[in-house]
Amino acid sequence: MSRSGTRNQEPGTRNCELRTANCEEVLQPGRTISTGSLREPRAPRRHLPEPRTPRSANRAPGTGHRAPHSWRFGLSGPALLTALATSFACADTRASDVVTLRVWAMGREGEVVQELMPAFERANPGVRVEVQQVPWSAAHEKLLTAHVGDATPDITQLGNTWIPEFVALNALEPLGPYISRSTTVTRDDFFKGIWETNVIDDVVYGIPWYVDTRVIFYRTDILARAGYPKPPASWSTWLEAMRKIKAQAGPDRYAILLPTNEWPQPVVFAMQGGSTLLRDGGRYAAFRDPAFRRAFEFYVGLFREGLAPKVANTQISNVYDEFARGTFAMYITGPWNIGEFRRRLPDSLQGRWATAMLPGPAGDSSRVSLAGGASLALFSASKHKQEAWRLIEYLSEPAQQLRFFHLTGDLPARVSAWRDTSLANDPYARAFYEQLALVVPVPKVPEIEQIVIRITEAVEQAVREDATVDKALVALDRDVNGMLEKRRWMLARRTQE
Amino acid sequence: MLYATLVIGALLALLPMVWMVSASLMPQGEASSYPPRIFPRAVTFEHYAALFTRLELGRFFINSSIVAVTVTFTSLFINSMAGYAFAKFHFRGRDRVFRLLSTGLVIPVQVAMLPLFLLLKELGLINTYWGVIIPGMASIFGIFLIRQYVMSLPDDMLDAARIDGAGEFRIYWSIVLPVIRPILATLAIWTFLSTWNDFMWPLIVLSEESRYTLPVALANLSGEHVQDTELMMAGSVLTILPVLIVFLFLQRSYVQGITVGSVKG
Amino acid sequence: MKKPSGAAADSTSGAPWFFLAPALILIGIFFFLPVLAALVLSLTDFDIYAVGDVGNTRFVWFRNYTRLVSHPLFWTALQNTFYFALVGGPLTLAASLGAALLVNARLTRFKGFFRTIYFIPFVTTLVAVAIVWRYLYHPQYGLLNYALSVFGIGPIDWLGNPKWAMPAIILMAVWKNFGYNMLIFIAGLQEIPEELYESARIDGAGALRQFRSITLPMLSPTLVFVAVITMIGYFQLFAEPYVMTQGGPLRATTSMVLLMYEEGFRWWRMGYAASIAFVLFLIILTATLLQLRLQKREAV
Repeated sequence: MSRSGTRNQEPGTRNCELRTANCEEVLQPGRTISTGSLREPRAPRRHLPEPRTPRSANRAPGTGHRAPHSWRFGLSGPALLTALATSFACADTRASDVVTLRVWAMGREGEVVQELMPAFERANPGVRVEVQQVPWSAAHEKLLTAHVGDATPDITQLGNTWIPEFVALNALEPLGPYISRSTTVTRDDFFKGIWETNVIDDVVYGIPWYVDTRVIFYRTDILARAGYPKPPASWSTWLEAMRKIKAQAGPDRYAILLPTNEWPQPVVFAMQGGSTLLRDGGRYAAFRDPAFRRAFEFYVGLFREGLAPKVANTQISNVYDEFARGTFAMYITGPWNIGEFRRRLPDSLQGRWATAMLPGPAGDSSRVSLAGGASLALFSASKHKQEAWRLIEYLSEPAQQLRFFHLTGDLPARVSAWRDTSLANDPYARAFYEQLALVVPVPKVPEIEQIVIRITEAVEQAVREDATVDKALVALDRDVNGMLEKRRWMLARRTQE
Repeated sequence: MLYATLVIGALLALLPMVWMVSASLMPQGEASSYPPRIFPRAVTFEHYAALFTRLELGRFFINSSIVAVTVTFTSLFINSMAGYAFAKFHFRGRDRVFRLLSTGLVIPVQVAMLPLFLLLKELGLINTYWGVIIPGMASIFGIFLIRQYVMSLPDDMLDAARIDGAGEFRIYWSIVLPVIRPILATLAIWTFLSTWNDFMWPLIVLSEESRYTLPVALANLSGEHVQDTELMMAGSVLTILPVLIVFLFLQRSYVQGITVGSVKG
Repeated sequence: MKKPSGAAADSTSGAPWFFLAPALILIGIFFFLPVLAALVLSLTDFDIYAVGDVGNTRFVWFRNYTRLVSHPLFWTALQNTFYFALVGGPLTLAASLGAALLVNARLTRFKGFFRTIYFIPFVTTLVAVAIVWRYLYHPQYGLLNYALSVFGIGPIDWLGNPKWAMPAIILMAVWKNFGYNMLIFIAGLQEIPEELYESARIDGAGALRQFRSITLPMLSPTLVFVAVITMIGYFQLFAEPYVMTQGGPLRATTSMVLLMYEEGFRWWRMGYAASIAFVLFLIILTATLLQLRLQKREAV
């Protein structure tokens, strides 16, 4: 089983689908040795997600790779010269009747999506698709460089928290007119909260490709022993349950794992409590508001009470082993871990874990989670927008969404794709389906990456008790207001004009 | 004892390279076995084949060659002209210009990178070979190296040519250049190797995969193929091989350059 | 451009400028101008908004610098960079000097052969060898941990553990770079007159004694020079962490140049990144001035 990759071990890795920020800390590999797991010498990424599913080493050679033309040794002298000359000219020497669509996709998706292309090319003679695979770690700078260098592809995969940034650059094509003409892309068939992440000032800039959110993964046996055959639905029952679990577990075991360097958990808690993180259209920080404060205190309290260990995900050598050992009974994480839990937990534990929607502080409507995932966006500089849009439509078809799910494990963005038995009958996916009906986006400002990193720092300070909640929140508010200063100035100028 | 140390040192110096080559010849997965293998059980060239077919490494090879060769030749020409002028002409402002240039040696190139990027953006050179080539076309170090060498040439030789009525460019082209061939060779190898190996600037300037140079492409691949140890080793071998060949064949001039260029500071 | 005979000595014509022009123009436009622009850039808030429209740039005086000093990550990067330079530099020097002494020893034959072998790591492509080392450092399958396990040490999660990641990068840098310094040392050693050693031997001085009282003092100008250029190079650490660790784990290998790259080219906070670049410049300038001072003292 060479498809291991510790990336998968990293709880936070997939955060990045939520296009996260914090990959700074979230993605650290720093675990101590993870014996028994094929640990890659891997590179932690800062803000960018790792492809959490590394290429499988025993993949059949050639699959999913583009091999339209190949250079080989033994080019004759003149041939080499011509090759040099043409590449020097940097010219698009393509036959004019064939439209070549350039598509950028990140990490594992970039590899797998190529398998979907032949069918599209058959259905659209005259259109050829060229997929460039960009590592998550370099995706952001490559996209920006391409934009300033007028070398953007036609279509790109875009983590949905990046959309505001590229909209600020005027890089993306508004999709409203395309959608209104489309028969395949129907807004109602997408998860509402996820769709929302693509809308900036009432304009749609991306079509959700796959979705991501956070739910609870838990040990059914441990919860049952504590008297909770069903997972808790409210914060108060949840807290009770965690206290009982902790009491039964003893000193070195905990009720829940909340790695201190991951941002989604504290942000989700805050949003459940009704905090918007920012106020006045993203002009100012709102971290001293009661809603954020309550959630922050609840979250920090879990650590101070000893219900959650004060560790970063880098200090946990192997999440799966620890989960199997009962070091913690609950873990908030994303869809990629369904596959990992199935693969990596020992057989004895299969059937003793489940997934559930997050509990909420005030009734079922407060059980919200993050709207994450990646979208497909069309660059406004594209010269083949119609063809590119056809490709987006094609990739949005429920059938392709399903195929993509089977290839990657990425959850489909189309509600109708979930009716397929492979998803509808999956007990672990069900929690995600329910949760996806209740997801909210983080504030759609270009600065969001920095902001969520800063939130994690505030959590760490408070958890490690370097600062009181008060002090931590005052500092957080001040720093985030500083980050938004430019935005305020810009917005003020725009209204003046 | 002396030889034991020398040989152990040599083994340590070579071990990573040896392992790289041998892992590149192992079948998929063998490099990730325990205990680690130093030599392949059975030799396979499948990874090299894969690099050239599926992953189009040849493309990057050509890109790197274009960039390195162009930079080498243009910079040789430009630096030698300037070095010659500094060495053999007396003119107003020479020392001042020279001192100004030498301050440049203290400034890390990274300082210039951010505005340079914006400049190249204005010139429309981002994501082009020229964007990588142009900043390397003249180098202060190169000028210094040439100047030092040319200064040691006797003036009489040039004066004689002038008396014969040769033009200044003719003198440079057909008298100076042939004489300074050794230092030109040194500089050429230096420039070629450092351009070939350069990573940061091409990484910044090139956004489209089809223009990547080998190191950039390799770093890109390694982000995606972490698991494919043997494949990545084959890629590393192909990246290093050209510089190694250049070095081994021309090491005499190269090594001279280091001692000449640096001991004097 | 015909020149009267013998004019080379005091030419007033345009000939020198003709020869200089291409180089000066290129270096001026593509190096000095950007350096000056960087200084200006570091006083502005040029960022992603400014990429869309340059009008969105403001002059902010030293705000980037004040933000820099209040940014914990900057201090982390500064600390990491100094760690790499101040630990990696001396280690590299020690390895280089050791190799130079061995290769240059009177008894050694095949000097050229060993010199070439030791020099090979230096000419290799950094990105490629960084990838190779990433696998050598693999906690489970890496050769290094295997070798250590023979001595009962390990396994060490070289690149995954914040404590070990920088030492791992240093070790690789020493391997990669010692050959270059070794050459310079060899050149320096060869300039030490053999008679000094001979008379020392006659006085009955042992090898260690000879090294301490002849080699080291005679070599010290070279030593200072090499130390400083190594350090200057090491302050510009970038590709190793970029390829091997992406600056992690827990930021333990984020260097100043990597931070500048991330701030500037990943997040497009160009003004802020320029201020990082200038701090780097100041550090390197200080190192250079230090060298000049030391050399002067040597000369006295």
